[in-house]
Amino acid sequence: MKVVQISFLLASRNLWRNYRRTIIMLVAISVGAWAMIFMTALMRGMVNEMLRDGIRSLPGLVQVHNSAYRDDPSINNLVSMTDIEIETTFAAAGIERYATRVRVPAIISSERESRGVTLLGVDPLRERSIEAVGSVIAEGRGLESIDDNGIVIGKKLAGKLDTEIGKRIVLMSQDPDNEVADRGFRVVGLFEANLAAQEEAFVFAGRTVVQKMLGIDGRVSEIALTGDDYRNVELLLADTRRLMDGRDEVLSWQELDTFLGTMLGVMDGFVLVWIVVIFLALSFGLVNTLVMAVFERVREIGLMLALGMRPSGIMLQIIFESLLLLMLGLSIGNALAYASVIPLKDGLDISVVAEGMEMFGAASVLYPEIQVNDVVLANVVVLTLGLIASLSPAWRASRYEPVKAITKV
Amino acid sequence: MAVNIISRLAWRNVWRHPRRTWLTIGAMVFSNALLVFMISIQFGMYGLMIDNTLKAFTGHMQVQAPGYKDDLKMRQVVPDAATLAEKLRSELKLDRISARSSAFALLSSEDRSYGVQVFGVDPQYEPGVSTIPGLVREGRFPTDNNAQEIVIGKTLARNLRVETGDELTLLGSGRDGSFAAAVAEIVGIFDSGVPDFDRSIAEIPLGFFGDVFFMDHAAHSIVIVAPALSAVEEYRPRVEELLSPADGLVVHDWNALQPGLKQAIQADISSAFFMYGILVILVAFSVMNTQLMSVLERTHEFGIVMSLGVTPGRLGRLVLLETGMIALAGLVLGALVGGLITLWFGYKGFSYPGMDQLAANFNLPSRFYPQVTVLTLFLGPVFVFAGSILSALYPALRLQWVHPVEAMRSLQ
Repeated sequence: MKVVQISFLLASRNLWRNYRRTIIMLVAISVGAWAMIFMTALMRGMVNEMLRDGIRSLPGLVQVHNSAYRDDPSINNLVSMTDIEIETTFAAAGIERYATRVRVPAIISSERESRGVTLLGVDPLRERSIEAVGSVIAEGRGLESIDDNGIVIGKKLAGKLDTEIGKRIVLMSQDPDNEVADRGFRVVGLFEANLAAQEEAFVFAGRTVVQKMLGIDGRVSEIALTGDDYRNVELLLADTRRLMDGRDEVLSWQELDTFLGTMLGVMDGFVLVWIVVIFLALSFGLVNTLVMAVFERVREIGLMLALGMRPSGIMLQIIFESLLLLMLGLSIGNALAYASVIPLKDGLDISVVAEGMEMFGAASVLYPEIQVNDVVLANVVVLTLGLIASLSPAWRASRYEPVKAITKV
Repeated sequence: MAVNIISRLAWRNVWRHPRRTWLTIGAMVFSNALLVFMISIQFGMYGLMIDNTLKAFTGHMQVQAPGYKDDLKMRQVVPDAATLAEKLRSELKLDRISARSSAFALLSSEDRSYGVQVFGVDPQYEPGVSTIPGLVREGRFPTDNNAQEIVIGKTLARNLRVETGDELTLLGSGRDGSFAAAVAEIVGIFDSGVPDFDRSIAEIPLGFFGDVFFMDHAAHSIVIVAPALSAVEEYRPRVEELLSPADGLVVHDWNALQPGLKQAIQADISSAFFMYGILVILVAFSVMNTQLMSVLERTHEFGIVMSLGVTPGRLGRLVLLETGMIALAGLVLGALVGGLITLWFGYKGFSYPGMDQLAANFNLPSRFYPQVTVLTLFLGPVFVFAGSILSALYPALRLQWVHPVEAMRSLQ
């Protein structure tokens, strides 16, 4: 125990002997640690926002469809249960955050223009409970009930259709017998979304109104369920599968949007690679510093060995010196990273490349997010690999022949 | 002679501590190799991303009515488009110019209906500006400009439950807002490999489109493919000159038509260059550390040579020369290692788990073959070299304040 104490004391004093070298190395480690955490926070912020947007647009963490619906999203492929059956089944199981929706492709026409859209027949209260896209109303009002006669469309779409609140538009789709089903709606509200594409893709109307228009009373195209943590959907998935009892297709968001699902995995991989790359770039300097520190003190080390210090004590000294250097650098780097995120609390505006970010499915304001597990990962990786990198110089130092070392000029 | 002595001195000093020198060179080689590899992949991908995206549909330039690009409104037209396209083809001596129109319409088969974007394309020239005609896997692309024929995507065909030879009904609104309807025979089915794309697009001959949607010889855009992407700037003013001012038409280049493309690249470049910058800085610190050590341990020696009349400036140059030698070794070895790694992946192909999913979003293949160019080989290493030299300035300049007598007194 005593050896450890002495080695530690010697190491901490040795560190400041050549303060210039130590400071340069500290700066390098701090910059490295800062870059690891700050860059990761930016990327995490972007990807998390992307995932949240994606999940809002799906919407939900888990969805239930007729097994043919995803390949053929038509009116003929509906969920096997009626909406009343769904309501009683889900209520009995204690599931509250879900929404049943009619979802069909349609053509929307103003008096001037036509566009292809996805028509959603929704229950506005339930939509809010799953935080689906379309709940943020920019102008006018949102839908008020499932038999609301109005329609809510995206702000961007309104511009393209040359229409506005209070005007009428016509929606055209097909009923189960492939007869054209159309109906006029009055635009009552315009919604806003993070991604421009969402504002153009979706239009919302009351569920029963849409069911009546399409002639599918009591039937829906999808059930969307949500939970608290998008990383853990297994439980929700299993519960839903059990409730649906083998009928219909129950899928998680990763399966529904494979791009988003992959993104999360790629991001986790990227964080680790980035941390290791930075460490490797640092490690050359670290080992160099230790080699120099040992080289300068050959005579001293020889003396200590001659006076009876065990080689393991020398080794400990060098390793402690390295760990102290790393820990100091890491603390400064961590503090810097946390500090540099504060001014970006309100988001980093990258709207100059908004359309480019939209290609990634990302929004144009970046909110850096420091995740504790990323910070822990960075620190643990650096300390562990740092320890390994300092083993070789430490080992060499402990193997000096005392007499030769003392007489070395 | 003096130069020779200095460089000989520098060379010997560099190898005083071979281990230290190699570690410093190692840091450079690591960063350089990584930079060469990453930059080769990145630049290669950008090129492919641009080419694949533009090749599919957009072309390099389009002549349109002002505002059409953003609003896609039926009434924003290029009047007498076929004539104008012909004029551009003959005046610019380019084949790959074609007129195109588009409208949203409900396509109905016997069982199903889907809303899709219907394009009116010139059967003769469209294959030169778009890859879709070449992707027709079943049947054929229309040849007659007025035939009542339609080509649809594979997914849409499956969803509509139709095959070639079946008929589809088109419902939509025409240029004047009036009701437009027609029946067309499916003559071809294309497969782009992207299911959503194949579900949302259909193409019919331009003449037929004009009849159905009351276009009156107008179209929505004239797509132009220049001989190369780099020739766009040269051709653009020539195209503008050929337009009659009375029509008030505008020419958009690919960047205006696909603003996301360049911006996605910019966003990617800036985040990547932030990371590369960090690498360069870390290497620079490593070099600074080494050179500072090498200067400090020679204080005694420097004191002696200074008292013999060597100026601090000359010693500073010596230190910079040493750094330059190390940095040059790092540059050459790094570029070599990086180049070899890149060549190997260029031969074997590069991929990472999940890449096929991500790549499809940007019209990229799932396996990528990076190529080494002079730019990708030296862009990164040159920055590492410059960073190394800059970082040696501090130890080199410190020599200005060294006092010979004091320096000589200092122990080794």
